[in-house]
Amino acid sequence: MLELENITAGYGSITALHGVSLRVEKGSIVTLVGANGAGKSTTLRAISGLVAVREGRVLFEGEDLTNKRPHQIVARGLAHVPEGRMIFSNLTVMENLQMGAYLRRDRAGIASDLEFVLETFPRLRERTWQQAGTLSGGEQQMLAIARALMGRPRCLMLDEPSLGIAPLLVKTIFEKIVEVNRELGLTVLLVEQNAHLALEVSHFGYVLETGRILLADKSAALKTNPAVQAAYLGA
Amino acid sequence: MNEFLQQLINGLSLGAVYALIALGYTMVYGVLRFINFAHGDVFMVGAFAGMHFGRWLKPFAAAWPEWLFASVVLLGSMLFCAVLGILIERLAYKPLRERPRLTVLITAIGVSLLLEYSGQLIFGAAPRGFPSLITSTSISGLGGLRASNIQLIVLVVTGLLLLGLHLIVMRTRLGLAMRALSLNPTAARLMGVNTNVVISFTFGLGSALAAAGAIFYASLYQAIDPFMGVLPGMKAFVAAVLGGVGSLPGAMVGGLILGVVETLVVGYSKLLGIPPGYRDAVAFVILILILLFKPSGLFGKTQREKV
Repeated sequence: MLELENITAGYGSITALHGVSLRVEKGSIVTLVGANGAGKSTTLRAISGLVAVREGRVLFEGEDLTNKRPHQIVARGLAHVPEGRMIFSNLTVMENLQMGAYLRRDRAGIASDLEFVLETFPRLRERTWQQAGTLSGGEQQMLAIARALMGRPRCLMLDEPSLGIAPLLVKTIFEKIVEVNRELGLTVLLVEQNAHLALEVSHFGYVLETGRILLADKSAALKTNPAVQAAYLGA
Repeated sequence: MNEFLQQLINGLSLGAVYALIALGYTMVYGVLRFINFAHGDVFMVGAFAGMHFGRWLKPFAAAWPEWLFASVVLLGSMLFCAVLGILIERLAYKPLRERPRLTVLITAIGVSLLLEYSGQLIFGAAPRGFPSLITSTSISGLGGLRASNIQLIVLVVTGLLLLGLHLIVMRTRLGLAMRALSLNPTAARLMGVNTNVVISFTFGLGSALAAAGAIFYASLYQAIDPFMGVLPGMKAFVAAVLGGVGSLPGAMVGGLILGVVETLVVGYSKLLGIPPGYRDAVAFVILILILLFKPSGLFGKTQREKV
């Protein structure tokens, strides 16, 4: 569904990705694990058009999306929940969700999706009219995911959904990710520092190190791989 | 007391003009984080556009009621400036979007000078009389208060424009996108917001309001010249800072406060011992005080982030 062919990208004179290739199959959860600065976030940013791709191609459902602008990419059904959540703190929870559906015109569909995300994240329903900045970190992450779902994407990219969030909420959030993957058949590309958690919920995983793909395997196999265990699972 | 109320009416109508200009500064700052120093000159162009459009329209509008003629001139000038504002952004600022803010700021000063001296070239340097769109009459109110009908019309129409702006910003899809873009540009882009469209829209809206301010200003003071935008532009900038740059209610309130204070200082110059010639200094004294004591302005939020 989503395919990266030899992507090179970076910031200014710094090259963060040196020829990254990966595949995300339709309906699967694929994770990208690696240390800080390995290029996980940059990979997502290159896919969603926030960072320019210098070499290589990004293909989504067979269409070449390389260096299209972010609003064109999200219009194709590829949503990106950025690191640090980036909710609109001075807007209400409801307005944040409306922004998620910014490109849609089908009122009935938006209304039913709103009901779906509020069903999925009941905590948000209680806070619909609150300013989003007043939510806790975990609730903000839920909002960021719900907001992305409001665009009814076919592929969801999540950047560090567990970062700075209370453990109990992390558990809930990951359960929800699995739930939407199963129920909606939503394809998920998950970037996560917590490799334990990421390999637990995903079907396939890539290990990224200093801008290169080091390993690619089924998540279950990566979990038992001695090199992965030593470097990322603290075993 | 009466004299005070009288000064208040005069101050509010001047303040309404400042508020209309200040909104443009603040809206552009909201989406692009830079001060568009050419904004005061867009205001000037608004006055000339109104004058020439009015002259051209006059023969066709001989049978029109006065209010209709005035409204059409107002809307025509607003439309002209909206297009001008969008063009300025597209041609001068957009190519510099990824450059340091200072580059854009200096460019804005360049655009400002370009507009001023082009104005001088086209219209001449001498002040011109602005034709009265509405026949001026004096209205007496309770307790011997006097106001010109123009002052009252300016206040009412400004109120309507501000209401319209509020509805656009709070109730429409583009307005929501504007607010989202000013809060977090990256997230707005990830939601599918085409930033170029929203930025153009913001420039158009701000410039149209400046044009309305120009028509009101010219109707109140009846003289226009190519440099007429300099001082009101700077004062409106002070008004935006006073209200808190980036805040729409701030710009409205800041503009009104500035207009009233300036008028009161002149009106009570004897009492205060400040010669009336210092009226233009008032705004800048306020600017210095605000920057010293509350740099975020009356409605400004000190930036805080939850990590």
